[in-house]
Amino acid sequence: MIGLGHYLILSGILFSIGLVGVLRRKNLLMLFFATEIMLNAVNIAFAAISNHYHDMAGQMFAFFVIAVAASEVAVGLGLLVILYKKYGTLDLDAYTVMRG
Amino acid sequence: MENLVYIALFAPLAGSLFAALFGMSKKNIITGIVTSTLIFISFVASAILFSHVMTVGPVHVRMMDWIMAGDMLIPFGFLVDQISVTMMTVVTLVSTVVHIYSNGYMDHDKSFNRFFSYLSAFVFSMMVLVMSDNFLGLFIGWEGVGVCSWLLIGFWYHKEDVSREVNPSISPSWAANEAFIMNRIADLGMLVGIFILYWNVGSLQYDVVFAALPNLSDGILVAAAVALFIGAMGKSAQFPLHTWLTDAMEGPTPVSALIHAATMVTAGVFLVIRANPLYSMEAVHWVSYFIAALGTFVAVFAASMALVNRDLKRIIAFSTLSQLGYMFAAAGLGAYWIALFHLAAHAFFKALLFLGAGNVMHAMDGELDIFKMGGLKKVMRWTYLYMGVASLALSGIGIAGIGFAGYFSKDAIIEVAFNEHTYVLWTILVLTAGLTAFYSFRQVFLTFHGNERYHALGIHPHEMYGYVLVALSPLAILAVVAGFYKDWFEHFVTKLLPEYHMSEHTHHIAWILGLLVIAFAVGGIVLAYIKYNRGLKRNEKLERSFVYRLLSNQYYIPIFYEKTISKPYAALSRFSWGTVDQKVVDATVDGIGKFIKTTGDTTRKIQTGNLSDYLRWMAGGALLLVAIAFVAFKLSQGAH
Amino acid sequence: MVMIAFYFFAVLITLLFLVTVMSKNVLYAMTSLAAGMVLISGLFFILGADFLGAVQLIVYVGAVMALYSFAMMFFDMSKDVKEKNGSAATVFVLGGAIALMLVVVFSAPVIGQGVSSLYPEAAGATNPQAVGLVLFTKYLVPFEVAAVMLLVAMISGIILAGKKMDASLSTTEEEIPEMTQGGEK
Repeated sequence: MIGLGHYLILSGILFSIGLVGVLRRKNLLMLFFATEIMLNAVNIAFAAISNHYHDMAGQMFAFFVIAVAASEVAVGLGLLVILYKKYGTLDLDAYTVMRG
Repeated sequence: MENLVYIALFAPLAGSLFAALFGMSKKNIITGIVTSTLIFISFVASAILFSHVMTVGPVHVRMMDWIMAGDMLIPFGFLVDQISVTMMTVVTLVSTVVHIYSNGYMDHDKSFNRFFSYLSAFVFSMMVLVMSDNFLGLFIGWEGVGVCSWLLIGFWYHKEDVSREVNPSISPSWAANEAFIMNRIADLGMLVGIFILYWNVGSLQYDVVFAALPNLSDGILVAAAVALFIGAMGKSAQFPLHTWLTDAMEGPTPVSALIHAATMVTAGVFLVIRANPLYSMEAVHWVSYFIAALGTFVAVFAASMALVNRDLKRIIAFSTLSQLGYMFAAAGLGAYWIALFHLAAHAFFKALLFLGAGNVMHAMDGELDIFKMGGLKKVMRWTYLYMGVASLALSGIGIAGIGFAGYFSKDAIIEVAFNEHTYVLWTILVLTAGLTAFYSFRQVFLTFHGNERYHALGIHPHEMYGYVLVALSPLAILAVVAGFYKDWFEHFVTKLLPEYHMSEHTHHIAWILGLLVIAFAVGGIVLAYIKYNRGLKRNEKLERSFVYRLLSNQYYIPIFYEKTISKPYAALSRFSWGTVDQKVVDATVDGIGKFIKTTGDTTRKIQTGNLSDYLRWMAGGALLLVAIAFVAFKLSQGAH
Repeated sequence: MVMIAFYFFAVLITLLFLVTVMSKNVLYAMTSLAAGMVLISGLFFILGADFLGAVQLIVYVGAVMALYSFAMMFFDMSKDVKEKNGSAATVFVLGGAIALMLVVVFSAPVIGQGVSSLYPEAAGATNPQAVGLVLFTKYLVPFEVAAVMLLVAMISGIILAGKKMDASLSTTEEEIPEMTQGGEK
């Protein structure tokens, strides 16, 4: 039988995949994709816990996470456009202007 | 009347600030004139207040609330009563004369303006000291005069150590520091006394404190009396804190006259007189007796050192010490008004003596060794007259109700000693009167009589400026006539101070006692005349004797202090500096700095400016945090 | 049945997301991300969160992915970002460690004991009804705040991306030299 643990472990694995993407990729757009993966992983955990306890609070949080993700995409993409205008590339390594 | 109080108090401050404006510039005669005028105004205000206090009564003003913290309320107020108005008048009168005198004396000094700034600041501090209506204000003034004294003793701070034939080699800055440090030791005692009073009474106002005294336990009374007297000992240079006073003679002579003879050093006596309700308590009678005994001891102790000293100013300084001893003897025996009377009279003739010495010093190009003077009366007739009068007053010459100021005041003290049946003290004080007369006239004769030894030095002495000599005349007149006001003064101050009456028995034989003292004094003068009038004949054998060397080395006390306190302390300081501070403290501080710098240098590489690297660090941190949280959670579960 | 569905979805999602993270081509990555999102909504349906699954489809797959694809048109993807992955080992070790950590944490049996339901599902209501009941009573204020936040995000997105929209991005390097200083380095 599939229990809460299964969903949580799946969620953890997906989160780690997203994290690896964030850490590994240098393309800012890819960083955004990886962030989406992490957010979705968390949503799975919320939905699973909500189901497990028969409690709506988990789903509510998942809704708000989706709302936050949507806002983040809107603002983030705007910033990306500006960055691209300024530097002509989305490569993270090109933005190294605050070297210590 | 309130305005007069403020004028008397703040006129010197205004003068000081005015002179300070020109502190760094060239000599400007205007500063001298302005400060002298303002001090004179202060004197006039004090004199008017004097008559007001006499006819109407004390004036008590409260200028502002000064310290308000929790339950602590210390108003900044001034009390002009019989004691303080006497002090105010004496202080401002002597200060006026000294200011005018300084115009002539400091004529050629390049720091002329600075001098007047300090001198007026001193007068202001002294006025705060005597006028304050609480112990804390008194303490402020007390510290203020200490600072001004330090500034003025070290006025010629650029002077190097000069080795002299007679004195240990010291420089003005050294003397200034010595005076200041010794006073700090005593001031700690004073502060402790003030704390004790505040702790137990809850106020520092004189009237409140004195009203609360009967409710305090004996131990507290004794502790407060002892602690306050320690403060008085420092300021008034009583044994064993006396060495700074003679070294303070390194300062300019007007300073010696004003601060180290007439006013500041008497602040200790003033404190005991001011706190007379405390010292009159039955519980502290042995403290009072100790004060009297110590005063008597210092009287003879200082007089003995003055016998052989060759330095004109130091002889007078020792005599000041000795007279302060007399004052403490009177105050300790309960005759507070006599102590105050002697204080005032002494201020007049001692200031005169010092200023006369200043004239001599000025004439002799700074030479102070009386063995190198002699015969000066031909060129310095007025100075000779002034110093003669002052010495006569100091020796207490007079008979059957007619005499110089010292005759009335000092005789009264000696009479008190007899009346209190403290015959040992009485004997010593009578003996000291003889010594006083001897060393005073030894100095006068060696300076003004006999062969003119100064020719060998190629000096051409000349009399001081005319206006300076005129300015000295009030002091000379007072030195002569002040004694006649004794009964009037007694009537005036005993409204506030406890009365003191001689017993019937003493009253009857008073004339015999007086005659005895006069006999000793005249004997001293005659002896001095015989020995020194015709000139100096040095007695090698005497000078090599043990007693002579003991006296001329001031009982080896300065050397003793140097060897047992200064030198070990310096060694300790050097050790603390070299080992503790440099090798331990500094190294630790440097080590912390180096550690942080190295850490910063190493970790600076983390800041690559690349977001990916930062994200990696963040992920690592997050991992660490989750791990710690998990482990902590597990552990806390295991604990339950 | 549920087990089969779960493993089917789980494996597929994992694979698709791995493709997203590893792929060099942005277009592949985006496509696989969209597919993964769709499959996640399948998980939500299994979990009985019907409304959430629908929202996932509409917002993520419909709105967000569309936004990404429009945004990609702004960028010149012909110039592929050449990624230099300095220390891949560090990244995988970190990622693996966190995955391990999370798995350990989640599989620990004690977690979640003694938890009581804060807002129980209304008996007899369908999922969208239950969501509506809770969202518009208990979470009304956060809901409104979220709405304002979305509005702010929309406006800021327009402002940020819309400034100097008239300047052609594909020709910036030749025509607007002051805006390309960073790109040259």
